[in-house]
Formats: sequence, structure tokens, C-alpha cells
Amino acid sequence: MKISVLAERRIIYLVLLIAVALPLLFPIGWKTEVSGYTQMAYDLIENTPENKVVIISFDYDPSTMTELQPMGEAMIEHAFKRDQKIIATALWPMGVQMAEQAFEKVLRDYPDKKRGLDYVNLGYKVGGMVTIQAMGRDLKEVYPNDTRNTPYDQIPLLANTRRLKDVAWVSSLSSGVPGLKEWMMVARDSYNVPVTGGCTAVSAPGFFPYVNEQRQLTGLLGGLKAASEYESLIGRLGSATTKMDAQSVAHLLILVFIALGNIKVFVAKKKKTTKTKAFIIKRRKSND
Amino acid sequence: MISIMNTFGVWLAAFFTLCIFSFLYQDNPFYKFAEQVFVGLSAAYWLVYIIYSIMVPNLFAKLAADFSGNIILLIPAALGLMMLMRIHPKTQWISRYPIAIMVGTTAGISMLRYMKSDILQQLTATMINPFAADTTPEVIGNLLMIIGTICGVYFFYFSKKQEGVSKAVSKVGIWFLMVSFGATFGYTVMARISLLIGRLDFLLGDWLHLIK
Repeated sequence: MKISVLAERRIIYLVLLIAVALPLLFPIGWKTEVSGYTQMAYDLIENTPENKVVIISFDYDPSTMTELQPMGEAMIEHAFKRDQKIIATALWPMGVQMAEQAFEKVLRDYPDKKRGLDYVNLGYKVGGMVTIQAMGRDLKEVYPNDTRNTPYDQIPLLANTRRLKDVAWVSSLSSGVPGLKEWMMVARDSYNVPVTGGCTAVSAPGFFPYVNEQRQLTGLLGGLKAASEYESLIGRLGSATTKMDAQSVAHLLILVFIALGNIKVFVAKKKKTTKTKAFIIKRRKSND
Repeated sequence: MISIMNTFGVWLAAFFTLCIFSFLYQDNPFYKFAEQVFVGLSAAYWLVYIIYSIMVPNLFAKLAADFSGNIILLIPAALGLMMLMRIHPKTQWISRYPIAIMVGTTAGISMLRYMKSDILQQLTATMINPFAADTTPEVIGNLLMIIGTICGVYFFYFSKKQEGVSKAVSKVGIWFLMVSFGATFGYTVMARISLLIGRLDFLLGDWLHLIK
């Protein structure tokens, strides 16, 4: 039976859909190994003393929240556990809402944490790299008030935080430009503030070279897998962990598809060669 | 009322998700409808967002509160208006000036930063003693990084015909590049599957309540 290319594609889509849906409905509970990059990011937050002010920048929008939102929630929870004070910022407009959603979810387990004392959402600022540069000089100038219009000077958490150098670390959860790279270029390379962060899996290979001897990035979370690794490090059964089963099954299936595709091409080539050989022999015989 | 609106929102999102997924079977009017709605909504959203989140707080509100103190803001405002002159063919030339300023400023700001972060820091990170690492895997990793960097960069050296030793170095560079492309492909697959997982999680969880 010969199946058309279009029908083949539809079968692949359907099988993939089922393969992803089943582990979501019936979780398997596969464990993931923690990578060195995730461990580095975790260690940075873990080893920062309590009461230090830190920045988590939500530089993404809902299109990539499956990968980046679990990282945001896990990092907020980790910082809360270590009693660090969080400043949330956003270089992407919808990052403001992403930050609010993440805080709302984590605060269910940390009801004692108070806005203004333990965390603050300063909101979105246009400008990317220029904005971060300005934050290096004067945070208040860039953010005269928070998202609830509370003036900078009336937010207790920010009393001793005047510029970027006053924060212990910066984490940018980034799905493009502006994002992690801009933070690294300005906060780390100009102001020497440790920068870590997370990005979508598709952009992770581009960021790995910055996790180097110079510590341009102190660790990196690349995609859903790294998010689930971080969740396991802080002992949280978050959305990334539950979704990793589906991710693993889908990857196995894609490997099978690649193998099948290669076998198909190999068989087709062999058939073609045999046919050509038979044709040449036939021609020679008829010529003789 | 809020609950009804929430339910309506979830059903609407599910409908549009299924409309987009229907393209996997074949192009159809439902897909086209969802695509057009998305484009229209995005344009409208950004217009409103730019006015209320960028223009109003950064320009209009500041000028209204203290005009003489913020008079310098009239310069970017004028540049912005000059940019809008592109609309008419006769005044199109005016928009070249703000574009020129933007290109010049961006190049000036980025040049130093990229030079430091992407060239100097990256080069410094490669200039290490590979044997100074604590463990054998780290030493191997360091050696691979140095060999990969040198061979990979050498592959893009086109001023001399690559033959003999230089061809071998270049070949090693290609192998490193191929491995990096493979890793990139793997990560791309992971990202795309994550998007699918996100949508299915929404359909099976928020919409159908099949996931607890």
C-alpha cells in the first residue's frame, strides 16, 4: 500500500498529538538529571545572603509562557525561600502581567510575603539596552513609581537600592530581544552584577557560550527541561515537571520518525539502484 | 458575571486554537479567519498599548505636568512626527533624518557593547589553561572548546586555498559546526514541542478539565 506524502504528514501530526496528550492525561513520572548550567543558576541564588535585593526581569509574552513561566515561578519561590527581596521588571510590555501571574501563584504558598516589603513590580519600560544603562545610573529615574503608582521613595524594599550595582543578582527570563543578552551586556559586562536567566529552548544554544570562564552568565536555564530541573532542585512539583513526560515521549517519537525516514530513504535508494542495474543488464543483453 | 466571561474566554481561546490546528489537515476558512483576527487584534492592541503605556506617561503626562521642565522632550516628539511624514510621498524625505539619528545612535551604543561582550570577553574566555581544571571531564571539555573555537573560526578563513594541514583543520571545524547544528536542531524540536504541550495543556486542562 502506497501512502501519499500529505497523508504521511497527517499521520505524523496525529500520532504526535496523541503522544503528547497521553502523558499529560496519565503522567509517567520520569526523572530528569540536573545539568551544570541549571545548578550554577541555582547556586547563585542559594548562596546570596538573605535580605539582599535582586531583579527578575520578565522579558517575554504569553506565546512562550509554557517554557518561561515555570522558570519565573521557581526563581521567585527560591528567592522567597532565601528571604531575598525581589524587584520585578519587564523589557517586554506583557511581561508585567506575566510577573503578576507568577507572583500570584507563588504567593499562595507564601502568604506572609508582602508587596512593597518583599517584592515589587516596577513594570515595563521601553528602550531595551538603553533602559538598563539608565538603571545603572539611577533606578528611580527609570521607574519613578511601581505598577500600582506607588512612588519609588515610598516603597520600603527600595530604600537602599538606588542603582543597578545595589542588587545582588539579575535574572532575565527572555524570549528574544530585548532580553537576557542586553542584561548581560550592560549589567554584567559594564556594572559587574552577576546575571543569570532563562530562555526558550530554541535560543539556548546561542546563549551557552556566554556561560564561560568570564562568567558573563552565571548559569542558564534553557527551555522546559531546565525549568523542570530547577523545580526539582527547589523541591517544587511545578508545571514544568508535569509537562516533561510529554516532552520526553515526543522526543522519543521524533527519534523513531527520523530513523523510519532514514530507513525509507535507504530502501528507496537501494530499490532504485537494483532497478537501474537490472535495466543496464537488460540493455546489454538486448545489444548482444 | 466574571465566571461567565471567564468561561466565554476559555471557549473562545479553545475555538481559535482548534482553528489554527485545523491547518495541519489542510488550509481552510477557519484557519484563515483565526489568522486574520490575530493580525487585526495584534495591530489594535499594539496601537493602544503604545499610546497609553509609552506616549502618555513618557511624553504627554510629563509635558502636561511641567512643560518648561520637560521641554527637551519636544525633540523626540518632533523626531517622531517627522517619522510619520513617510505617509505622504511628497514629505517622505523628512523621515530620513529621524531614521539617520536612530541608526547612528543604535550603532554607537551597540558597537562598544558588542565589541566587549561578543569579541573581547569571548576571546578571553577561550584563553585559558585547559589543564588547570579540577576533573578530567572538565579538562577534556576545555580542550574541545579551544580546538572547536580555533578550527571553527579557521573554517571561515577564505584568503588562502585550504589544502594539506589547513584542510584538515578546516574539516575538524566543519565537524564541530555540524555537532552544534545538531544540538541547535534538538533544542528547536524541544521548543516547538513545548508550544504544542502548552496548547494541549490548555485544551485538556482549562477547557475540557481532563487534567487534574
